[in-house]
This record gives sequence, structure tokens and C-alpha cells, in this order.
Amino acid sequence: MSESTETEETQEPEIILPDDTPVDLQAELVSSNVMEILDQLDQELIGLKPVKTRIRETAALLLVDRMRNKMQLSAASPTLHMSFTGNPGTGKTTVALRMAEILHRLEYVRTGQLVTVTRDDLVGQYIGHTAPKTKDVIKKAMGGVLFIDEAYYLYKPENERDYGAESIEILLQTMENNRDDLVVVLAGYKDKMDIFFHSNPGMRSRIAHHIDFPDYSSDELLAIAQLMLAEQNYRLTEDAKKALLEYTTLRMTMDHFANARSVRNALDRARLRQANRLFADANKSVTKVDLMTIHAEDILASRVFQEGALDMDGDEGADNADLDANQGD
Amino acid sequence: MMTNYGNRMTQGQFSFLPDLTDEEISAQIKYALDNSWALNIEYTDDPHPRNTYWEMYGMPMFDMKDPAGVLMEINECRKTFPNHYIRVMASDATRGVESPKMSYIVNRPEKEPGYHLIREERDGRCQGYTIVPYSNDKPEGERY
Repeated sequence: MSESTETEETQEPEIILPDDTPVDLQAELVSSNVMEILDQLDQELIGLKPVKTRIRETAALLLVDRMRNKMQLSAASPTLHMSFTGNPGTGKTTVALRMAEILHRLEYVRTGQLVTVTRDDLVGQYIGHTAPKTKDVIKKAMGGVLFIDEAYYLYKPENERDYGAESIEILLQTMENNRDDLVVVLAGYKDKMDIFFHSNPGMRSRIAHHIDFPDYSSDELLAIAQLMLAEQNYRLTEDAKKALLEYTTLRMTMDHFANARSVRNALDRARLRQANRLFADANKSVTKVDLMTIHAEDILASRVFQEGALDMDGDEGADNADLDANQGD
Repeated sequence: MMTNYGNRMTQGQFSFLPDLTDEEISAQIKYALDNSWALNIEYTDDPHPRNTYWEMYGMPMFDMKDPAGVLMEINECRKTFPNHYIRVMASDATRGVESPKMSYIVNRPEKEPGYHLIREERDGRCQGYTIVPYSNDKPEGERY
């Protein structure tokens, strides 16, 4: 064994490249295909300026790191553990998915898989249950990205005997020891995550990237709505667009507003009303365009306009909104 | 047994080769994962060649994507049983049963005392042979 390693070393003498060796960054960029995915990110995700900038920066760093490796300028691989904070429905999960793909393209993680877990998947119910459960999840996520949704639930300061702390400890250990194998992304609401990090300083220091997801403006929400509808082969009339813009502006001021998710729910209900309307005047012949178009009246029928309050009959879904606010994304 | 240098137990794949490094183990795990075989880790301290049923360490690992996860479990097992035999098995489920496709040793006790050959005189000048590992004189768990 020792013999063979010796011969290998003699066969490959270390080449020290001169300082002015040219670097073809552009070629590297093309070969990694990362631009493609960054552009896709730009097109498919509306708004989120700070998030996109950060992702671009990270991609650039990894690319430069790869070049440096080729030039034998070794440096410790950067820690890429991240925390995503933001209100419900601001696209944290969507971005995490993209992140996994970007890191995979840049060969930072070996598989492009994203394992999404919450407290339930990590923390056990009795003594000795937590460690195997957390380790199991970590094992499965190895070589990819582990996305911990609502991470602040892991730590419950009011309960001393809570097993969440055990889970955090194991996570910290793997985040440190298996830096090359696993990227951990924590997500949650801003204020709660701040408390979480405050009580777990070890966690804060091990996460290099804290990315804050801003709320969407009503214009951005309208653009998101159009994107969502286009995917489902629906379209809005000009009046409907105006109505939706009004709706989002109104809805934003109300309780349980969950950004893009509220818009999705509103659109689902608009589709319901559209179907109803088509049935109501069944005497008229219905064309393909009718099936595709959502009119202003479908949106204006919402109780948000009529009473300035959420529907309580389940159609507008105050309960749902409440659930949304808790589950986040 | 004199031809087997150091009285090493030979069972499964690669057992006549020098011990696999972690890198080599990872490469073998990757091969198994690429074939979508499930992996599990087993240990024993009874080195008899016919001892095929070993104790399982934890659950079998289904839906793994990357060797690092399995290697983590192997290291965990090594920490718990530093002086036991540990092997990795890969099972194929395509025939409807988990049939073993790979099995190789990833950890050995530091010192393997080897085997004792017992010759038994039988009727009609028949000769019976039995091998007994020297280490099996002691009860399970205290052998190495």
C-alpha cells in the first residue's frame, strides 16, 4: 500500500502555476450551466431582489472557488448553511428548491436533492427517540440540502424537558463535521427565528448566510397571480386585473395575509365563481375562451370587497388563512 | 489456515484484500446505491466462517441518496463496537424479496487469534474435521 502511494507522488510532481496564468471565467460559467438556472430564477420568481442578489453572490463565490481549486489555490470549502426568514408565502421553500439545484450544478453538493422536514420529523416523543430520528433524517439528506421548515419550533424554552435541544445539538455537530456532505437551510418567520438564534448562539454562528425574504407589493402579487394562472391555462381580462390589484391591496391590510399563498387561494375561489357563472347562464353557448377567462366579477364577488372582512362561510376561508399563517411555507 | 496471513477471517467480498479504506468503502456503497439496493450494517464477534447471520446495527437504510449517510452509520457502529467484525450488506428487492447482492467487511478486531483445527477419529479410519475460533472460548461480548 505505502509503496503505491509513493510512486503516485513521484509520478505527479506538484506544478506551481505562474502568477499570471490566465483564467477563463466565462468558459467555467458556461460549462456549469448555472446561468441558465439563475435566469430561470429571475423569470419565475417575481420580486425578491435581496434574495436573488444573494444567490448570485453565492453562485459567483462557488464558481471562483472552483477556479481557485484548478489553480491549486486551496482554501477550506465555504460553509453554505443558510437561514431563510420571512413572512408566510414569500417563497422560502421555492427558493430552497432552486438553491439545491444551483449547488448541485456548481458541484458543491453531490446530489441535487432537497429533503424538507419539520419538527415532527426530527424530534421524538420519548427519551432516546430523538437522536435516531434526527440521524435518520440527516442520513437521508446527505449529499444534498436539508430544509428545516419552521425551525424555531425545534427550541421550546418554556418546556425544560423538551427534546428539541437534543436534535439541535446533533444538527450542530453534523453541520460542523459534515460540511462537505450536507447543506442545512433553516426557515421561519423573522421574529421567531430571531428569538431562536438568540437562544442558540451556536446555531447562529454556524450559519453564514442569513437571507431575509421581503413581503411582496401588490404589483408583484398581480404578476405572481398571472404567472400562476398562465400555468393553469387561465387568463385575466383587463378589468379583472384591476380588480385583482384592488383585491390584493385590500387584502394586505387584513389579518392572516400570507402573500403569494393568499393570492393562490383567492384565485382558486375566483375559478370556483367563474365555473358557477358559466353554469348560471348555461343557455348561452360557451366557447374555449370563456373557459379560460376570469372576469372582474369573479374577483369582485369576494367578501373582501363587500364587507372589508374575510368570508366566514368557509368559501373565503378565514380558517384556512389562519392555518396558512401557522404553517407558512 | 496457515496460508491465510494473520489468521484473518475471510467472509464476503474483498476479504482476502487489505482492509478497504473509507474512500473505497464509499465507492462500493455508491455502486450499491446506483443499483438502488438497500444497505444495512451488521456486526458480530463470532468469527466462524459459517456464522452467516450477524446482528443488525440499526435499521436497514432504504431511500438513501448518498454514500456519506451510510458511511456516517458505519462510523457510528465502529464507535460502538470498535473490536467487532462489522460488515455492510446490500440487498436487491427486484425479485420481491430482499436478496443479498453485496457483503463486505469494514471493520475487524485489532488482533484475530485465528482458528483451532480439531481432528476427530471416526469409525473405519474416517477423519472428521472441525474448526473452532480461539476467541470463542470466551462468552459473547468479551471475545476481543
